[in-house]
Amino acid sequence: MYSQPDFIHLKKIATQLRRDIVRMVHACQSGHPGGSLGCADFFSVLYFHTLKHNPKFNAEGIGEDLFFLSNGHISPVWYATLARSGYFDVKELATFRQINSRLQGHPATHEHLPGIRVASGSLGQGLSVATGAAQTKKLNHDLQLVYVLMGDGEQQEGQVWEAAMYAAHNKVDNLIATIDYNGQQIDGPVDKVLSLMNLKAKWEAFGWTVTEFNGNRIEEVVAGLDKAKSLTGQGKPVMNLMKTEMGFGVDYMMGSHKWHGVAPNDEELKKALAQLEETLGDY
Amino acid sequence: MAKYTFTEKKDTRSGFGAGLHELGKQNNQVVALCADLTGSLKMDAFKKDFPDRFFQTGIAEANMMGLAAGMTIGGKISFTGTFANFSTGRVYDQIRQSIAYSGKNVKICASHAGVTLGEDGATHQILEDIGMMKMLPGMTVIVPCDYNQTKAATMALGKHMGPAYLRFGRPSWPVFTAADRPFVIGKADKMIEGKDVSVFACGHLVWNAIEAEEKLAAQGISVEVINLHTIKPLDVESVLESVQKTKCVVTCEEHQINGGLGDSIAQTLARFYPAPIEMVGVNDTFGESGTPAQLMKKYGLGSDNIIEAVQKVLKRKKT
Repeated sequence: MYSQPDFIHLKKIATQLRRDIVRMVHACQSGHPGGSLGCADFFSVLYFHTLKHNPKFNAEGIGEDLFFLSNGHISPVWYATLARSGYFDVKELATFRQINSRLQGHPATHEHLPGIRVASGSLGQGLSVATGAAQTKKLNHDLQLVYVLMGDGEQQEGQVWEAAMYAAHNKVDNLIATIDYNGQQIDGPVDKVLSLMNLKAKWEAFGWTVTEFNGNRIEEVVAGLDKAKSLTGQGKPVMNLMKTEMGFGVDYMMGSHKWHGVAPNDEELKKALAQLEETLGDY
Repeated sequence: MAKYTFTEKKDTRSGFGAGLHELGKQNNQVVALCADLTGSLKMDAFKKDFPDRFFQTGIAEANMMGLAAGMTIGGKISFTGTFANFSTGRVYDQIRQSIAYSGKNVKICASHAGVTLGEDGATHQILEDIGMMKMLPGMTVIVPCDYNQTKAATMALGKHMGPAYLRFGRPSWPVFTAADRPFVIGKADKMIEGKDVSVFACGHLVWNAIEAEEKLAAQGISVEVINLHTIKPLDVESVLESVQKTKCVVTCEEHQINGGLGDSIAQTLARFYPAPIEMVGVNDTFGESGTPAQLMKKYGLGSDNIIEAVQKVLKRKKT
């Protein structure tokens, strides 16, 4: 069943997610706004267009598409998306990174936050988990898909490539992975820290079908994820190389690794919110 | 008349293989993963009869742990198989985050633990795994003593919820427990009743403790031998009940003294019932190549070492 997406609405959601993100990291004066902002368009499309999912959360996810966030540090965008999708009350976003909160700094199942199926934060593990979940879907004759998002810096972790080999060898073709290809990591540009060289050629050489799209243009994200879905079931796992800009939507945060893990101060928050229209009502 | 005898020797890893195969028949939710050691882990029978539920991961243990965690989402019970070293130290962070912290129903099954791995030497003879695994919140840690108990423990894990570590070994070892002997996770198994000293052992050293008991009985020393196959959660009640009677303790394990079974018992006694304790185990050193028997002797894990420890602790006991 394909319905023509409402691009204007998806854009509004993405803008509200961005407001939520900067307010969340400002409130606790910690967290990772850069990657979260860059992925807001992707999360809007994923949860409000692509995924078949049920906000009345069931951890087993049978008959639903599953999503795993491997680069767990961009938890603000995921939490905001889950809340805006109805997994929990948006008011709970105010507890992010606070004591006794279900919204841990990095995503966890331990506090039973609806929407989370495995802990992440220590990088490189999500693709393995997603691949295992995809194989269970096959064993269960469950035709829904498994999605996972990774960072580009995360590609430096060896386990990613163990999973890459395994998923292709075992024809795990109900798996759609996406890399947030923003070119930045904590210590600087990825090319300076440890270059990924030709990432597309690498994933192709590992036996994956690779697609590319711009992750900060809603229309392209919709088309990119639709295309990825159409490429499943053909004997190969699918990899989306999604070009984004870290900090997208807040001018002073864009184009630098500086805002990877730094929270804005009061003045900076005001400046950021002035650029992000309140579309769905703040929490 | 010996209290325990044996007619055959078998490796505990074969007990795991047999238990896993049986579980495969009983429960179609059981899946098994192996990192290129199917024969060594005795997983061939499961692989042959349940090929759809057997996953060869290649030499990539970190990925195997993540896969195992992911497979539980949707109801599978994952059993991973590789050597103990590659089941723990190599993949500690994967276990910690994707399995333990995430509360996944993964059973980490680890063979070739300890010095009795033998000739391969110290790179493979992990002696720190019990310590690493018991430190993880929510992780159950089981070290069975022979073929039959390893089979029983494997099958018990099929009905257990949550992350668990099952440790066993390579060498042929006396099969001295009955195939129908009850096995309950978390419940100490009293092998021999005694009154002078409590000997707590796990794994291969339970047999050594039984041999030691026989010789000590001939000297008129009454030894209580308790098989503490579950190191976590520790059966504190049974430990205290025994020590309150005997007033002194010897612990025996094929593991570093630091962080193992003895360490758990010492902590328990220090808090609830201080008593003299001697520990038979590897004392802050790596192993080396040799036969299992030579290594047991050189690293102080034989029945003679247990006898010495009993004599020492009896001298320290307050009368």
